Amino acid sequence: MSGHAIDVGIERETPAGLETEEMTLNMGPQHPSTHGVLRFVVKADGEVMRRAIPDIGYLHRSIEKIAEKVGYHGFMPYTDRVDYVSAMQCNQGWAMACEALAGIVVPRRGEYCRVIACEFGRLASHLLSVGATGMDIGAVTPFTHAIREREYINDILEELCGARLTFNYMRIGGCAWDIPPGFVKRAIAYLDRFEPLIDEYNELISFNKIYIERLANVAVVPAEMAIAWNLVGPNLRGSGMRYDVRRDVPYSVYPEFEFDVPVGTGEKGTLGDSYDRYMVRMREMKESCRILRQALGGLPPGPVVAKVPRTFKPPAGEVYVRVEGSRGDMGWFAVSDGTAFPCRVHIRTGSFAAMAIIEELSKGLMIADLVAVIASLDIVAPEVDR
Amino acid sequence: MDAAEIHERLRGKFGNAVEPELKDGAWPAIAVDAPMVAEIGQYLRDEPGLGFDCLSNLSGVDRKAADRIEVWYHLFSYAHRHQVALIASTPRPDPVVPTVSHLWPIANWLERECFDLLGVQFTDHPDLRRLLMPEDWVGHPLRKDFVEPDEYHGISTRRESLLKL
Repeated sequence: MSGHAIDVGIERETPAGLETEEMTLNMGPQHPSTHGVLRFVVKADGEVMRRAIPDIGYLHRSIEKIAEKVGYHGFMPYTDRVDYVSAMQCNQGWAMACEALAGIVVPRRGEYCRVIACEFGRLASHLLSVGATGMDIGAVTPFTHAIREREYINDILEELCGARLTFNYMRIGGCAWDIPPGFVKRAIAYLDRFEPLIDEYNELISFNKIYIERLANVAVVPAEMAIAWNLVGPNLRGSGMRYDVRRDVPYSVYPEFEFDVPVGTGEKGTLGDSYDRYMVRMREMKESCRILRQALGGLPPGPVVAKVPRTFKPPAGEVYVRVEGSRGDMGWFAVSDGTAFPCRVHIRTGSFAAMAIIEELSKGLMIADLVAVIASLDIVAPEVDR
Repeated sequence: MDAAEIHERLRGKFGNAVEPELKDGAWPAIAVDAPMVAEIGQYLRDEPGLGFDCLSNLSGVDRKAADRIEVWYHLFSYAHRHQVALIASTPRPDPVVPTVSHLWPIANWLERECFDLLGVQFTDHPDLRRLLMPEDWVGHPLRKDFVEPDEYHGISTRRESLLKL
């Protein structure tokens, strides 16, 4: 037996008389690099994966069923738990779905508060993502740098709404609280500190040779594949597709701000590889800072929340709204039957597609690269399972 | 292309399998015959000018009052930046819809989720298993008449109130 070829396209010499067989490995549900509770069944030939089959559902908390029981206002705190790494955009998605059902217009100051909250949320989420990418492939120190900054951002968001993780900041028709006194000054001071740190962070890790070797050319997703699998957000843009819901399906007050939509360039390897997805997040942080400066500088006066009746009964109908969450285009499908409780809520999240594509992407990768792929797709397990 | 024109073309191609009414809104919706949904999807994806390359979402809705289950397909085209939703309505006691997982690979999981939570059978699906609930779970939790079991493998789903009032 020689020149034994396996179906992953890798030629390998097997010494005569030695049998090879497929190995089934279990990874998770408790594994330090799976970012939450999720499990893979890995079919491997030596160090090479034939495929990694995701097994999800460990974090299924039936959030959509809860929505049918608690009513429109009452569901808002639960949306925090859909994607607890970046809860602000989940708040906004649900608020926008309800507002679309009932035709409510949010006051301009309320929209500005939302943008400020969401962009700080995006910074915090991307920081965790890029920090964890480093940690997953063996660089522990950059994670501590990223988390240090995330803590300051949590301080800022705490000033805004009193919570550091599950914010429950937004309401149907606006936001719960106005910007506190002195907040704008402190937020801008923080941005002054944070923006140069992005460059420092790049020098620390992004251009490190080992780091690049671990990410470049790994798990390449061409743009057509990304679209067919409905990859969204930084994962889609990493494949070179310039599409951002904030810019292309404008909502809230985003059209009033100037910002770029960074896409992958294939600078260190192939377009759409793990490194491109990582770099898109780094560059998006700069854009978020730009949006924040404009929003903080142009806060209009007025109320932050519209008058919405306590018993909220939107007319019967269906809406599907999309917001640009930290993990991309998040779809909120809400069906009202005219009562005080939604008939159906479905949340289609960015991580759901990113998780589904892994079985396809893992074919022929090294086992050690699986964690790099999970990290570069920025999968947050609660968002997959809801 | 705007939704009225897409609707017009679907009517021209599939006749009465496409309802004459167009549900207007930010994401216009067209009701179609459930058994035809895969063919219509194929046409929407492959026809030049339509080019719906992305299935943005697939949701099941239990319309208990009408004794129907609706499956909503939110389609989006990155090439043309237009959008339309298809609604396939199927009888509630025996909901069956053909799969579209060969058209958009993400439908594989979305259909598994819909089967898991609402019990919709997707014919010709390559791997129609539960996705979120445990494999041995009984029933489909998002059905309006689903009754939560008292226990699961000896773990009670009930709990006493901590407040002794």
